Amino acid sequence: MYAIEVKGLSKNYYQKKTGKYAGLGQLSSDGETVEGVTFNVDKGEIFGIIGPDGAGKTTLFRLLTTLLTPNTGTAKVDGFDVMTDLKEIRQRVGYMPGKFSLYQDMTVEENLKFFATVFNTTIEENYALVKDIYQQIEPFKTRRAGKLSGGMKQKLALSCALIHKPTVLFLDEPTTGVDPVSRKEFWGMLRKLKEQGITIIVSTPYMDEAFLCDRIGLIQQGLFLQIDTPQGIIDHFAHTLWAVQSNNMSKLLTDLRRHPAIDTCFAFGNVHHVTVSKPELTTSQLNDYLTEIGHEDIEIHAIQAGIEDCYMQLARKG
Amino acid sequence: MEIVIHTDKLTKQFGNFTAVDNISFEVEKGEIFGFLGANGAGKTTAMRMLCGLSIPTSGKGLVAGFDIEKETEKVKKSIGYMSQKFSLYEDLKVWENIRLFAGIYGMNSKQIAHKTDTLLQQLGFESERDSFVKSLPLGWKQKLAFSVAIFHEPKIVFLDEPTGGVDPATRRQFWELIYDAADRGITVFVTTHYMDEAEYCDRVSIMVDGRIDALDTPKNLKKQFNANNMDEVFHQLARKAQRTDN
Repeated sequence: MYAIEVKGLSKNYYQKKTGKYAGLGQLSSDGETVEGVTFNVDKGEIFGIIGPDGAGKTTLFRLLTTLLTPNTGTAKVDGFDVMTDLKEIRQRVGYMPGKFSLYQDMTVEENLKFFATVFNTTIEENYALVKDIYQQIEPFKTRRAGKLSGGMKQKLALSCALIHKPTVLFLDEPTTGVDPVSRKEFWGMLRKLKEQGITIIVSTPYMDEAFLCDRIGLIQQGLFLQIDTPQGIIDHFAHTLWAVQSNNMSKLLTDLRRHPAIDTCFAFGNVHHVTVSKPELTTSQLNDYLTEIGHEDIEIHAIQAGIEDCYMQLARKG
Repeated sequence: MEIVIHTDKLTKQFGNFTAVDNISFEVEKGEIFGFLGANGAGKTTAMRMLCGLSIPTSGKGLVAGFDIEKETEKVKKSIGYMSQKFSLYEDLKVWENIRLFAGIYGMNSKQIAHKTDTLLQQLGFESERDSFVKSLPLGWKQKLAFSVAIFHEPKIVFLDEPTGGVDPATRRQFWELIYDAADRGITVFVTTHYMDEAEYCDRVSIMVDGRIDALDTPKNLKKQFNANNMDEVFHQLARKAQRTDN
């Protein structure tokens, strides 16, 4: 049995403010037919959902936690149906929404106690599960949740989502706006939870977090572009990819884009990544071309694609 | 070379907590200056002082030639500001947002009308002139917000995590707008949690526990810390932090 089983799931709603349909899945232009999403998540897996704002990540989370009902399709969480078994699912899942949703006027300890009580348990009963995370904020247990820093709010929210010992944990953009060091720490906590057999569905806009997941789904405009292991997604990258640099990086960007044999060119930190559309082009030919138009200190290397390269290629086609 | 930001032992204390601890640095005209640091390192407090929104406890600061303690109104007129959290009014139309912000900065109607046309043309937004901002995709909103922040031709624009949440291609288009502004002589002061974006800056400072622990070009920082990329530089420095973001 899968921890999560999703078939043809969609939830499109008309957004008055944008005048468009948003959510999960895609409606045909006449609004008649709908394409939903289909995927499974294994027990104990860390499944990452990676994509920008508005791609449908939060809608998917709300459907799977029974906070929304789908337009089409079916979904099972831990074997229970999201349409008919709301109570069972709600007892089994932990959900950390993207927006901080604890009680700001209650203290750290009161919040945790509250969530434990709602689920008919106590902090003591499941302390072992939250210990590593909660201990870091325990010195501030009498502080009101609204007065906590971002990093501490995040730890409290995770503790509250875990205190009833869920089998499946949903984390909606837990690391957005968090600095790189704290992000790494947070992912360390997730790995420990995985070791205890908890299935984790986590969304993120940071492509560099892909490799911390067992499998990832790249999502855009309500549909998955691809679902695979991070390595699998990279192995599917079918283009020749070069990293190019010179003494004038902003001119280099324009010059590379003008070259007829170059398909795409994007800045990637201190180099530009280009995909080559004509296989006859060699690195030394490109070097000559760039030298001729005034570039110096040119370096061109063939490189392996990263998740971000893959996302941009897939998004272009999608 | 013209110096547009100058700080000398700039410090801000809240009670006995020193949020910003004796920072001294200079930023040149037209520079893209990356202002990095972990959550709680003191970036926002420092930026608020530079924008004339918070008075330093001690030390000095000049922004666009004005004293950040005594000439806060002049400072505010010389800068632009954009953050991911607040940028434009969702319930106003595109042209109304431009009109409002430009008006606040003291531009007259004729100037505004003329420049609005040019701007919308450059962005390819002519058809969206009468759209409500809330109806625009996030990437468009951010481009528009940035353009509005520099509409009055400020000397310096402060960008507080401007690229959060957008897709990788849009994030890069946004940086191309930043390059354009810098080429026109506008100084860009930017915070980000994306370390690849740190590489796009001319110089980068990294704050740790309220101090600036490193400041140089990305190339020199990588050399200094014997690192392959800015992510490694950041981790080496931020790991040393004593204070957590409590």
